Amino acid sequence: MARIVVDVMLKPEILDPQGKAIAHELPRIGLNDFAGVRQGKRFELTVEGEVTEAHLAAARKAAEELLSNPVIEDVVNVSVLED
Amino acid sequence: MAESLAAHEVPLVGDFSAPAGPDFSDIRVGVVTFPGTLDDRDAARAVRLAGGTVVELWHDDSNLHNVDAVIIPGGFSYGDYLRAGAIAAKAPVMTSVVAAANASGTSGSSPLPVLGICNGFQILTEAHLLPGSMIKNDHRKFICRDQVLRIDNNTTAFTSGYELGQEIVVPLKNQDGQYVCDQRTLDELEAENRVAFRYVGYNPNGSRNDIAGVTNARGNVVGLMPHPEHAVEPGFGPSSSGFGDVSLRGGADGLGVFTSVLSSLVNAR
Repeated sequence: MARIVVDVMLKPEILDPQGKAIAHELPRIGLNDFAGVRQGKRFELTVEGEVTEAHLAAARKAAEELLSNPVIEDVVNVSVLED
Repeated sequence: MAESLAAHEVPLVGDFSAPAGPDFSDIRVGVVTFPGTLDDRDAARAVRLAGGTVVELWHDDSNLHNVDAVIIPGGFSYGDYLRAGAIAAKAPVMTSVVAAANASGTSGSSPLPVLGICNGFQILTEAHLLPGSMIKNDHRKFICRDQVLRIDNNTTAFTSGYELGQEIVVPLKNQDGQYVCDQRTLDELEAENRVAFRYVGYNPNGSRNDIAGVTNARGNVVGLMPHPEHAVEPGFGPSSSGFGDVSLRGGADGLGVFTSVLSSLVNAR
């Protein structure tokens, strides 16, 4: 079994209220070095056997057509997860 | 009809007797239910109160059962998993709804009128029937309030019964209600007069240009975040129990959305 990772982030210009809320909490645990937080999504797609180019192409299609909404999000990474 | 009664005279049950005016009883309006849909009963009730016939549509059934219009109601389809509306947009029933809504209109068949309310609006954007998307409210909180809306386009299938510029009050209740789209789309929507409903007095979620609802170019697909189906019976919608902008309303301002589509379908025959 091998895994492909897909990372999706809100576009930079889209407000991320969850990230803001998290940024607000950081000082409460004593961390004051972070100017901002953006929260994204990570998907792990599992395939039987080794990851092939066809698997990667299918993962990219999944990323564009289902895992992300191009109006508000960018697919920032599609790659093989090295164990 | 109940609408003609004073608020204190209204019975505590819906009046489904045929409203005065044209007979809409043979107009079939489909109301879709997904896992997690909440407002399907209210939408169906609104259609009945407006005089139409309700056809219950199931997410897993691609057959639209010869309906004349479709309503995608609010709720949390599939628990808002992935993104609000994203999973529902791929359901078998939506494949048929998208095809019928995009029908060319040749050979006598006009494109299917489709209304998306709240989560239904999110589903229509995820299905690419309407532009833009909804993200979390800018204030990060769930909001529930009686909301003033202005009808900025009264030529759509679902707003034709209103006056242009008419202000109505209906409930608004959501967490992901902030309408966003890129600048080009926004300019296009404004230039083509495709903002059907606009927030008045207060922008409850940070939506661009105070947009509460939009239509497609042909006016047969309309989506909005607020809930007209919760304001269809005098005394039960935003009403005299409210204050300020919403005081002394009949509470039935949302009914026009449903009578609009029934009227336009009857007139098209």
